[in-house]
Amino acid sequence: MYDSGKIIAGLMVFLVLITSPAWYNVVSGKADYRPDPKLPAEQKECVKSAEYMKAFHMDLLNQWRDAVVRSDKRVYGDIGGRTYDMSLTSTCLSCHANKAEFCDQCHNYLGVKPYCWDCHVEPKEKM
Amino acid sequence: MGVDRREFLKIAGLSTLLGLGGKATIEVLSGTEVEASLSKEPQGGKRLAMVVDMRKCYEKENCRDCMEACHRVHNVPHIDNPRHEIKWIWTEPYERTFPSQGHEYTEERFAGKPFVVLCNHCDNPPCVRVCPTKATFRNPDGAVVMDFHRCIGCRFCMAGCPYGSRSFNWKDPRKFIQETNPEFPTRMRGVVEKCNFCVERLDKGLQPACVEACKDGALLFGDVRDPESEVRRVLRESYTIRRKPELGTMPQVYYVV
Repeated sequence: MYDSGKIIAGLMVFLVLITSPAWYNVVSGKADYRPDPKLPAEQKECVKSAEYMKAFHMDLLNQWRDAVVRSDKRVYGDIGGRTYDMSLTSTCLSCHANKAEFCDQCHNYLGVKPYCWDCHVEPKEKM
Repeated sequence: MGVDRREFLKIAGLSTLLGLGGKATIEVLSGTEVEASLSKEPQGGKRLAMVVDMRKCYEKENCRDCMEACHRVHNVPHIDNPRHEIKWIWTEPYERTFPSQGHEYTEERFAGKPFVVLCNHCDNPPCVRVCPTKATFRNPDGAVVMDFHRCIGCRFCMAGCPYGSRSFNWKDPRKFIQETNPEFPTRMRGVVEKCNFCVERLDKGLQPACVEACKDGALLFGDVRDPESEVRRVLRESYTIRRKPELGTMPQVYYVV
C-alpha cells in the first residue's frame, strides 16, 4: 500500500475531529446532562398521569386546541371526574408558571421548537 | 417550419374552449345560481347579530370606548401606518360605510360622519368560501371566526370581504401592543385577523367587549332568531339598514341611523 502512514494518520485526525463534540462533553462533564423540568410545588396532580403527559402532552394540547377553536367546547373532564378549562394560558400555565424551568428544559435538550409562544403569552417570570 | 396559420387557429380555438370550460364559466353560462350566491342555512337555533344605534352613537363625538375595549381584550396592535394597521372595530365615513346610499345632497348629519363598523358576520360569508385552509369558518351560532393556527396568510379572505373587516399582520404585532392581555393570544407575522364576536367571552356568559364598553347603549347584541331578544325589539321598532346588502352576503350587523 502506498503512503499508508499518511492515510492512517489522516484517518486518525479525521476520527478525532468528528468525535470531538462527544469528547468535549465527556471532558467538561456535560455527558450525563439530563433535562430537569421543575414541577410546581403546590400542585401534585396534572390533567392526566405524569407518564401520559410526558409522552403525549403535545397531542392533548392539539386536542384541546381543536375542541376550543373548532367546536367551541371549553371544558375538559378527565376520568377522575375533575373538570378543567381547556386553556394553555389559564390552565397549564397556572401551575407550570415558569416556561424556562419547565417547557424549555426538554424542548431545548431535544432541539424541539414548538410555535406556541409565537402567539400565546407566556407568563411573566416571577422576579 | 413552425406552426402554420391553419394550425395556429386550431390551437387558439381549442384553448378558448378549454378556457371557457372553467367551473365558474359553466356556472354562469348554464344559468343556474353561481356558487357565490348560494348560502347554507345556519345549523342550530341561535343566530347572533348586532345592532348599532347610530342615533345614540352620534351623541358622543370622538368616543372610542368600544374600540379601545375590544383592542385591549384581544391584544390588537396599534399601528399608525394605515397600510399596516389592524382593525377589529373601527370607524368609516358614511360614504364608505353605505356607498350605495350617499349622494350629492346627503344630509349634513350623515355626510362624512364616522360610523362604527366591524365584521358583519355574514350569513353568506365570502371570506369563508374563499379560505383555502378552512382557517375561517362559521360557528353554528352564526359567528364567523378564525383558527389562527391554520391561517397561512394567503389573504384571499381580505380580497373576498367587501367590508374590509380583515387585517393582515405585515409586522410582528407584539411590538405594537402596549398592554398584553395574557388571557387571549396575540397573533404572529403573516396571519390575518378579524373580529370574532367575542366567542371567548360569550362562553363565559359575558357580552362582547364593545357592547359592554358602550355606556350609551348604542351597541346591542343578541340572538336575532329569538323574538323576545333585545336586538329583535330594536329591529321591530326602528328602521334599520345593513352594509352593502346588494352583494348578497347577508350581513348581520344592523344600523339604526
